[in-house]
Amino acid sequence: MHCQTETIPAPPISRAPGATLVVALAGQPNVGKSTIFNRLTGLDQHVGNWPGKTVAQKTGRCTYQGRKLSLVDLPGAYSLTANSEEERIARDYIIHERPDMVIAVVDAAIPERSLYLLAELIQLPAPVVLVLNMMDVAEQEGLQIEPHVLEAALGIPVVPMCATRQRGLEEMLDTVFRLWDGAFPYNPRRPTILPAHQEVLEQVITLIADHTPAPYPVDWVALKLLEGDEEIHAMMQAALPADRWHTIGGLLHAHEDAVLDIAGARYAWIARMIRAAVVRPKIGQVGLTARLDTVLTHPVGGLLALIGVLGVVFWLTYSVGSPLQGWLDMLLTQLAQNVHGALFSVSPWLADLVADGLIQGVGMVLTFLPILIIFFAVLGFLEDTGYLARAAYVTDRFMHALGLHGKSFIPLLLGFGCNVPAILGARILDSPRARRLTILLAPLVPCTARMAVVTVLTAALFPRTAAWVAWGLVTLNLATLALIGLIFKRAVLKDEQSVFIMELPLYHMPNPRTIGLYVWHNILSFLQKAGVVILIASVVIWMLSYFPAQGDVMQSYLAHIGRTLEPLGRLMGLPWPMLIALFTGFVAKENTIATLGVLYGDIGNTLPALLSGPAALGFLIVQMLFIPCVATVAAVQQETRSWRWTLLSLGLMLVLSLGAGIAVYQVGTWLFS
Amino acid sequence: MVALTTLSAGQTGLIHSLQGGHRLISRLASLGFTPGAPVVVTRNYGHGPIIVAVRGTQVALGRGEATHILVYPAEA
Repeated sequence: MHCQTETIPAPPISRAPGATLVVALAGQPNVGKSTIFNRLTGLDQHVGNWPGKTVAQKTGRCTYQGRKLSLVDLPGAYSLTANSEEERIARDYIIHERPDMVIAVVDAAIPERSLYLLAELIQLPAPVVLVLNMMDVAEQEGLQIEPHVLEAALGIPVVPMCATRQRGLEEMLDTVFRLWDGAFPYNPRRPTILPAHQEVLEQVITLIADHTPAPYPVDWVALKLLEGDEEIHAMMQAALPADRWHTIGGLLHAHEDAVLDIAGARYAWIARMIRAAVVRPKIGQVGLTARLDTVLTHPVGGLLALIGVLGVVFWLTYSVGSPLQGWLDMLLTQLAQNVHGALFSVSPWLADLVADGLIQGVGMVLTFLPILIIFFAVLGFLEDTGYLARAAYVTDRFMHALGLHGKSFIPLLLGFGCNVPAILGARILDSPRARRLTILLAPLVPCTARMAVVTVLTAALFPRTAAWVAWGLVTLNLATLALIGLIFKRAVLKDEQSVFIMELPLYHMPNPRTIGLYVWHNILSFLQKAGVVILIASVVIWMLSYFPAQGDVMQSYLAHIGRTLEPLGRLMGLPWPMLIALFTGFVAKENTIATLGVLYGDIGNTLPALLSGPAALGFLIVQMLFIPCVATVAAVQQETRSWRWTLLSLGLMLVLSLGAGIAVYQVGTWLFS
Repeated sequence: MVALTTLSAGQTGLIHSLQGGHRLISRLASLGFTPGAPVVVTRNYGHGPIIVAVRGTQVALGRGEATHILVYPAEA
């Protein structure tokens, strides 16, 4: 392996002075890229999704000494091979959108591994500025780094930074503009391929040179072919004449080991670049991360620590979230009454629509905001400190048995508070399939609203054994979750979900700003996207229960539907109005209780007389497994971006709940008759 | 030459080769698992995922993935 120095002419100044410079922020996961992005752009940022993807796309602007900069925060990528959705997006952006410059962010505490992405970025045409972030963590782990020595070795600008303490940001912007102005010599030393594969690389380059689609650089495409990149393979197969592709296929097949050699050569290049610039700690010096991990990844200690963390989460939910929720609920009820009163003289049905339809439905979601905020803050905190990966490691052995990934544990657990953050939280999973399975299972976790309904109903239907029945119902839900997980593991996911490769990042102090923005963006985007669906569903359900009989539920369209479903109810030993109560729970689970109250008065006295034991138990089980509330459904649709998957999720819950209800009633009646 | 999973916690190995599909090899290689790289096993309880240190980073690997990494155990 040898080193090659090329002089690239200073980037041409193609834009008028005062034009905005487009800069992409690239880096591996956990290098603190988002902190840098947030520091630079503040709230002047736009968060959306990459077209057609569930990966967040963040763009923002900042100004430095009167000059404008447009920043694009690329998703975290370990390499530029399309091993994950994030990596595909990052490289497609750099190649197709051609930013003026790329800022490569590396974690100074793990220079060797995190420079790997730089080894790839430096081979693309866009000029690169290297940022050594987390200099403080490096120091804490005992590493000494000389940025100037590294700069001399690499031949590109290197800026040390500690973004959480606001250090190095101005220097970075200054460097970016100096490089752009041609005031900084840009002579990158690029990694080269091992001599063993040099020849085949050149052969491939010659074969593809006149067929490589623009704007792909020919030598980069040749390298990716040798690395076995599936997407580039498919692209070139389509672009090349069949006989030539056949020749290339033969070459690639004979050099299948090239992928490891290319990666190995990049690491050898990194080793030479940092040899003089990085001084490692003396052997025996134990960093903070290693000390914390002796407990946090221990099979017993780790579990105890996890239980402790979960304890705090639930304590926060019940001591802060629930009271706030109750208070908001009271406020909304008051508001609904006042609005109803004010509108009643204008139009009684409009008053009902606004008070019972809009404020009830949309308001119910708003009352859950405190719990959503708590959960997102916890998720952001755990991720930002680096603990989330440990929790995933500790729980992976249990989740693995269900065909799930260790990372599914935390989102599913959040489902006990509210299913919405559980579904949105599934984004932390890398594999799209594992993400979808987690989303499918999340509604089976009984949320606080479902539990509230069950608590009231068990007390009414089984006054003497309420606690046991409730406990059994929760267990049943979790057992169902495990069962569905197992079935899908066997039937749908085969081997893909079982891939468990996860970095355990170094621990660092959480950054309140990063967490705050994480909470803000998640909640805002949920309300924006799900808001319309929730609004429409609330109004539709209200209309069905209101018309045509002007508010008499028993004469409404909903009642019509209920009567049609009477045979189904009979199978479960339930009168049809009970089914109506289930359906009104679609807007918000608590509505089931309210509807039963309207239909049956004091349910503590009326329901036990109306239902046999097996029917009562069946009803509770149906309620626990029934389709989730509209907010959850909207979240499923938002995150899977697929109505088919959303309908599958709904259908599954419907079949499960009604099937279980029928089975319990029929078997119970047969046993006790 | 043995599978990475046979090393116990604290043991070091030098990577010999990676087995398995292109995707898996490519992912592992980008994380620093390349022939010749030293790895130190930090957690291995005989079942469940293991943790190894490679190129200055701790990486958790499922047992299935770890058996695809062949290493020369370093002399203790």
